[in-house]
Amino acid sequence: MSSNPDAVLYDHPGPRAKTRNLILTIVFGIVLVALLWWVYDKFDEKGQWAGPLWRPFLDGSTWTDYILPGLWSTVKAAAIAMLLSLVFGIIFAVGRLSDHWWVRIPSGVVVEFFRAVPLLLMMFFIFFGVPFLTEEPMPPFWAVVIGLTLYNGSVLAEAFRAGIRAVPRGQSEAAYAIGMRKNQVMREILIPQAARAMLPVIVSQLVVLVKDTALGYIIGYTELLQNGVNTLGANYGNTVAAAIVAAIIYVVLNASLTFFAGVLERRTRRSGRAPRAGRGAPADTGIVAVGPVGAGGAVEPQG
Amino acid sequence: MDVFSDSANIDTYVTGFLWILKLTAAATVGALVLGVVLAAFRVSPIPVLRGVGTAWVNIFRNTPLTLIVFFCYFGLYSALGLTLSDDIDRNNYWLGVVGLSVYTAAFVCEAIRSGINTVPAGQAEAARAIGMSFLQTLRIVILPQAGRAVVAPLGSIFIALAKNATIVGTIGLMESSSAMKDLINANGNAVIPIFLVFAGTFAVVLIPTGYLFGWLANRLAVKR
Repeated sequence: MSSNPDAVLYDHPGPRAKTRNLILTIVFGIVLVALLWWVYDKFDEKGQWAGPLWRPFLDGSTWTDYILPGLWSTVKAAAIAMLLSLVFGIIFAVGRLSDHWWVRIPSGVVVEFFRAVPLLLMMFFIFFGVPFLTEEPMPPFWAVVIGLTLYNGSVLAEAFRAGIRAVPRGQSEAAYAIGMRKNQVMREILIPQAARAMLPVIVSQLVVLVKDTALGYIIGYTELLQNGVNTLGANYGNTVAAAIVAAIIYVVLNASLTFFAGVLERRTRRSGRAPRAGRGAPADTGIVAVGPVGAGGAVEPQG
Repeated sequence: MDVFSDSANIDTYVTGFLWILKLTAAATVGALVLGVVLAAFRVSPIPVLRGVGTAWVNIFRNTPLTLIVFFCYFGLYSALGLTLSDDIDRNNYWLGVVGLSVYTAAFVCEAIRSGINTVPAGQAEAARAIGMSFLQTLRIVILPQAGRAVVAPLGSIFIALAKNATIVGTIGLMESSSAMKDLINANGNAVIPIFLVFAGTFAVVLIPTGYLFGWLANRLAVKR
């Protein structure tokens, strides 16, 4: 998104266009204000702006008893699931690129399967189904973490695979030429470069992961949505207010992660991924091959 | 596979997936219409509209869908009294469609905007040179080409939408994931077949759909 798309579609405004834009700005501004007022009024009609509904948020105990513990559970599940899905992703990316069909095909099946199955279905199976098999109750925390790992790990596996394939071929040829074995080439040459190129994708996937922890609410994991909206809302009768506050927390958390991903992307692009950037085809195709993954594949809008 | 010889269980399974199908269909239309409008907002010359588009994308893309669906039920319906149908299932269905549409529209908007970026600047300049207005340029020249460029990302957005439809189970609609939960709780001896049938249905439908969109994207790509 480096080029400004706005400049493409219309000219620099002349005097007439300026007046027209000003008039339209005012018209749409009034429409917007009217719309916001209407929403405000509807909420007001139902008494949603009443002080007692919002006062709990000025109270320290609301934060220490409900919101912060919920946020901590969210962050904890997201962090552990992220680490596990990175491991899962690397193993299955390498598995899918294996020379042996008996490694390649099962890895492919696993990755395709977990990408296609809804995360909630997976969590329900782990939480309600697995205890029937193991005859031990499944803690909701692990149901959330395992579900998140299988889904996000599969998405990351595809991202890593694209990253490994985007490393110019000369790299592995050179490594083989100096006598490295396949294992060494993968571990020392390809994965480090792919990981670096895929850094922005990994961080964007973290946003998806943080949002998906909210599914834990459905199986009773006491994360931000459960604790900060459901329990809090039930205690104070202010579900709408609590949901708005929780939404703001999620937006701030994820917007800062997205911002961080953007910074990383600019930094990796500027440093050119490798010394040979700008010397024509190989580096260019590398970046182009990475691009679509960053734009479309990574940001799978799962819950 | 004894579980599925019981016709009541088959019925639960079929009803669950019919809800997913209906949710996906309605929310796809909603998200597509809303997403195109938002994308037009975001590239328009009017700052207020650009602001609305940006705010929408940043808010809904960063909020968990579970929270949005939760809000549709407990906020819009319970607290604010918005009723979309007298039938309780229908009402939950439409609340779910609203939640899925507003959420997915943010992703559709961003996909289309990235598609607009792939159209060479000269195209819009040429359109302006022959006197087309902003809306004409967008409608006749830019969006048709942008649309072809974003077939693949739109495909993965709609596949995700079909999977996300399971979240509407949160507000009491018996879609496939809730149906599976009920079957598992009632038939503890057959958890594996039950899971394989439900998960397998998603895999069998969605994996080929993914390849179909990939093939379509190649076919429709504007060759430059």
